[in-house]
Amino acid sequence: MENNRGNKYSIRQRILSSKLTFTILSIIMGLLVGAIVLLIAGFNPVQAYRIMIDGVFSRTKYISYAIIYATPLIITGLSVTFAFRTGLFNIGAEGQYIIGALVATLIGYFLELPLVIHVIVVFLFAAIAAGLWGGIAGFLKAKFGVHEVIATIMLNWIALYLNNYLVMRPFLRRPESESSYDILDSASITILEKWKYSETGREWLSAHPYIKDFLSAPANLGFIIAILLAILVWYILNRTTLGYELRAVGFNKDAAEYGGIKVEKSIITSMMIAGALAGSAGALQVMGVTKNVIMLPVMEGYGFDGIAVALIGGTTAIGNIFSGLLFGALQYGGPKIQPPLGAPSEVVDIMIGTIVLFIAIPKLFKIIMNARKRGEKNAK
Amino acid sequence: MSNIDFNHKVVEMKNITKKFGDFTANDNINLTVHKGEVHALLGENGAGKTTLMNVLYGLYQPTSGEIYIREEKTSIEDPNVAIKKGIGMVHQHFMLVQPFTVAENIILGMETTRGISLDMKKAVEDVKKLSDKYGLYVDPNAKIQDISVGMQQRVEILKALYRGAEILILDEPTAVLTPQEIEDLIEIIRSLTEQGKTIIIITHKLKEIKMTSNYCTIIRRGKRIDTVKVSETSEDDLASKMVGREVNFKVVKKEREKGNTSIKIDNLVVKDNRGINAVDGLSLEINSGEILGLAGIDGNGQSELIEALNGLRYVDSGKIFMNGKDITNKSPKEVLDNNVAVIPEDRQKRGLVLDFSMAENMILENYHKEPFSKRGILSYNNIENFAKDLIKRFDVRPENEKIKAKALSGGNQQKVIIAREVTNDPDLLIASQPTRGLDVGAIEYVHNALVEQRDKGKAVFLVSLELDEIMNVSDRIAVIYEGKIVGIIDAKDADEKTLGLMMAGGGKDGE
Ligand SMILES: Nc1ncnc2c1ncn2[C@@H]1O[C@H](COP(=O)(O)OP(=O)(O)OP(=O)(O)O)[C@@H](O)[C@H]1O
Ligand SMILES: [Mg+2]
Repeated sequence: MENNRGNKYSIRQRILSSKLTFTILSIIMGLLVGAIVLLIAGFNPVQAYRIMIDGVFSRTKYISYAIIYATPLIITGLSVTFAFRTGLFNIGAEGQYIIGALVATLIGYFLELPLVIHVIVVFLFAAIAAGLWGGIAGFLKAKFGVHEVIATIMLNWIALYLNNYLVMRPFLRRPESESSYDILDSASITILEKWKYSETGREWLSAHPYIKDFLSAPANLGFIIAILLAILVWYILNRTTLGYELRAVGFNKDAAEYGGIKVEKSIITSMMIAGALAGSAGALQVMGVTKNVIMLPVMEGYGFDGIAVALIGGTTAIGNIFSGLLFGALQYGGPKIQPPLGAPSEVVDIMIGTIVLFIAIPKLFKIIMNARKRGEKNAK
Repeated sequence: MSNIDFNHKVVEMKNITKKFGDFTANDNINLTVHKGEVHALLGENGAGKTTLMNVLYGLYQPTSGEIYIREEKTSIEDPNVAIKKGIGMVHQHFMLVQPFTVAENIILGMETTRGISLDMKKAVEDVKKLSDKYGLYVDPNAKIQDISVGMQQRVEILKALYRGAEILILDEPTAVLTPQEIEDLIEIIRSLTEQGKTIIIITHKLKEIKMTSNYCTIIRRGKRIDTVKVSETSEDDLASKMVGREVNFKVVKKEREKGNTSIKIDNLVVKDNRGINAVDGLSLEINSGEILGLAGIDGNGQSELIEALNGLRYVDSGKIFMNGKDITNKSPKEVLDNNVAVIPEDRQKRGLVLDFSMAENMILENYHKEPFSKRGILSYNNIENFAKDLIKRFDVRPENEKIKAKALSGGNQQKVIIAREVTNDPDLLIASQPTRGLDVGAIEYVHNALVEQRDKGKAVFLVSLELDEIMNVSDRIAVIYEGKIVGIIDAKDADEKTLGLMMAGGGKDGE
């Protein structure tokens, strides 16, 4: 027997060729370019990065906030990842997020239910509604061949205006404001929300300053749910027959059809799951942080950032957790260089932009390399 | 007949080794080709022929070894270098831009411009000149999507010549051609060598090697076994050198016991992509316990017929009954549930998910059934064990179920599909071009597998463009012409001439 067992590369080769190394290198490059930009603009980059790092890690409250920032991004990233792995490009996470948040607010405000049950019901309704919203794009693609990018972009705007219309109706609008009523306390997932302001809570917390600090931010269960969702996405994609079907359709529709998989149904299902994911990001944000929805002058960007998060996470479910955290930390810690250094906020935007760009360039590079490799493969 | 100039070595590959990970695809291979020579590469599926040629064309870098082009050491970093050195390659899967015209495809990347606009007139003239010179007739203004596979291949060859190719690599050029197109290609090869071109050809068909090549290098499991002068070597010798054992070309079959009707096709009408009736009132019955071969020139409705039987193409009128049950316009899944399995003609399009592992591909139709999944959850343990078993039984190489299907050689991809479909143990096995691109050893294996099905009392429907295969394997032969069956004869009474006449629309009783 000849030695034709699998590909065992040397450790060195494996490290060099690994996706993770690639990503980490990109992040370092991004930070370097950020530093150069700061330097050119006349600021001390070492100082700026110090402030950023301190701004995220020096207090438990900051850590708490960074996680809060990261949570919706992880989940919209999962939404984009899920669609991507099944051959679809979900630009619509933005709109699905809006629908999720809106429905969560409606159910959270109008429906009166016992504690835990209310949270579950809000979550499910929001996810289902956003799933149907995403499903529309899937349906348009499956039945009429409308490209999902076009359909989801349009659905994003429809979601935005639907949100703004409903928020301004008297039945939902908190008078004299641009926001809706708050959800009931029973629908909140903020940790120890009542207790931390109560007599006993305050007493206990002042004896435990780190925890007190941590809870002074609206720490909530969203992050834990995000991790659970990441595991769920991994599991569905890789370990279930549904995932097998969806991936098969994503890779090769014709072969999937031949194998007895219903291609149209798969496209719709996939967009529905992606939609439900993005929608749950919106729901968790309402239940854990904002407690209401507001009149949106522009898109909030959770869905679009989700694309970048998915990209940085290598379009893997678990990778999204880390890239989401990175993104959250940057978005939270970045602007902190502004007050002490006097750096205009644009510098922060440039920094975030550069990192994303540097992540994307190697990806582009890889796509080109893969296209070339595909050329090699075809050569038989 | 020889145009060889032994004073000029145009290609010399010395001690070429190519490894993928720790798998050695080429092991210390030497290859010398002289000017004006046609040199064949022969070897089993996965022997490493395509890999070796990809190294020569600069698509892969050799792990070790040297390449000399016109006796000058050359490092071929990428295909651009190869093209500069006068090397052209026609891949088995063409790389043409479908909506572009022939001329546009040929000049792609080397456009002559006038000002800022493309000088299309000159391009068309250039192409005409070139095609006249080598007898490679094409219509420069036709769109690729509208021309036949044989024509597309000519375009690929012209493309290489247009870029100044002196050395032409043809990777399994005949695998997708009709017999007539193959004859034309052989003529083209002759005319090219007469004008001093050098050709390296990969093919599994020994007859073609005999007809075209001066020398033949035989590769087995990555190693060069021998280089022989073709005129002094018999087909049997070539085959046994390549496989390492005697090969039986003749299929051995027991007398058949005629069974009941398995599938009944009644007055079927199916449209092709352009909306024309490709299958046009076709009726056919296949019995269990027999292999029915469908002979016909490519494009007479074979593909559409099979897609309709498979549930992939809409049946306009007519009926299909399987074991007496109506399966007209049922989904592929329902067709399969009625015990019909199909080996599709286009393995990369229909048969495989190239980005799935071999194991995942082996359960493509059964992923939702036990033991591969239970209540919606896949059992990779069972899937991989199943795959390991099939890999052993069907001798798929490499023996690694986790490897992606796209990393397999063409022949081994085909084996994965055949293994999967045969183990479905269908009442009717439809095999469309099942041996396309397979080596003689593997062909023998596939043919035996089909006969085994038949001997088990199952029905087999064999569709092939190769008359030899049809005559060799079938019990009865039906001939399709313009979407209709024009005659059915017993395989014992069939010869190439009668079938040829029928395939041209002569009909059984035609003159
Ligand atoms: N990119 C790759 N990565 C890993 N293994 C590869 C790769 N390309 C080819 N191989 C392996 O190298 C071996 C030789 O493949 P190659 O395509 O050269 O075979 P071949 O002789 O052309 O066979 P066929 O007649 O079936 O086309 C095969 O076992 C194949 O699986
Ligand atoms: Mg090959």
